[in-house]
Amino acid sequence: MDLKALIPQKLKEKFPSVEFELSDYKDELTVKFDKKYIVEVCAFLKSDPELEFKLCSDVTAIDWATRKNRFTVVYNIFSLKNNFRLRLKVPLSGIDESDCSIDSVTKVWQASNWQERETFDMYGIKFKNHPDLRRMYMPEEFEYHPLRKEFPLMGIPGSLPLLKK
Amino acid sequence: MGLEAYIKDTGFLTTQVNAIIAWARKSSVWPMPMGISCCAIEMMAAGDPKYDIARFGSEVMRFTPRQCDLMIVAGTVTYKMAPVVRKIYDQMPEPKWVIAMGACTSSGGMYRSYSVVQGIDQFLPVDIYLAGCPPRPDNLLNALMKIQEKIGKTKASQFHNVPLQKEGINLPELNVIQKN
Repeated sequence: MDLKALIPQKLKEKFPSVEFELSDYKDELTVKFDKKYIVEVCAFLKSDPELEFKLCSDVTAIDWATRKNRFTVVYNIFSLKNNFRLRLKVPLSGIDESDCSIDSVTKVWQASNWQERETFDMYGIKFKNHPDLRRMYMPEEFEYHPLRKEFPLMGIPGSLPLLKK
Repeated sequence: MGLEAYIKDTGFLTTQVNAIIAWARKSSVWPMPMGISCCAIEMMAAGDPKYDIARFGSEVMRFTPRQCDLMIVAGTVTYKMAPVVRKIYDQMPEPKWVIAMGACTSSGGMYRSYSVVQGIDQFLPVDIYLAGCPPRPDNLLNALMKIQEKIGKTKASQFHNVPLQKEGINLPELNVIQKN
């Protein structure tokens, strides 16, 4: 059976109460759903013997700036068994601290540890239950999140101190 | 061609201490290869037999700052890397010189970005800014010759305990010939 039909069917069977929004772009499937179910869905996609999405290629985010649900977290996962790529999109609501968070999938894929740290560094999205949520690229004392739309390209003067000559 | 042409039979040569020290210094500039990105490839090419930095007495690339006179900063310096570059520079003994090799080190280059230091002269005293992206090895040799010119004009006395005196630290003078 074609995986593009199989994956939605399996997801609907396993999670009847969750709404899955499907889209197909350039022959790649994207599944959009609520952030509450992220860990369960990921664990299912990895452990199901027919799917086996064992590789977490990337975790990143999108800043939509003016939209109501400002951030979307994106998971690019890959099934080595079926040679199939799948994209999971999870919108986050609001920009205040309490809403800008999502459960970590490090329990499912170890590889997502650093990818989630990078996403936290660049967008300020908090990954709950992450074992070591430190900044990935920027110095630890840096206060801003550079890939957010309000961050100026040249940075904020004085935010990264240099030693005096 | 060398010194022996002047010495001839007598074996004597009159000169000034400053002149001969400056000549020795400029003829054996040992570089600290601070190769951070792509400029380092051209810096390595300058050391190969085709361009041959050894012609200028600088073939001894030292990977410890303690033995270096010249720091060639070759590559993009980010804000996170800046303290590291500075730390290595601080470990080099006086007198020391710096070449900012390439557009990135001189001015940030094509990286007009929050993460890249827009010119290493913000935290290091730079002697030569070397244009190019990356500069060709012959361009680096040209910069080295300019540094040699600069070193040739120095006097030995001007480097004597300069940083310590600035900070008000007095060390006992060594190797002073007693007068009586």
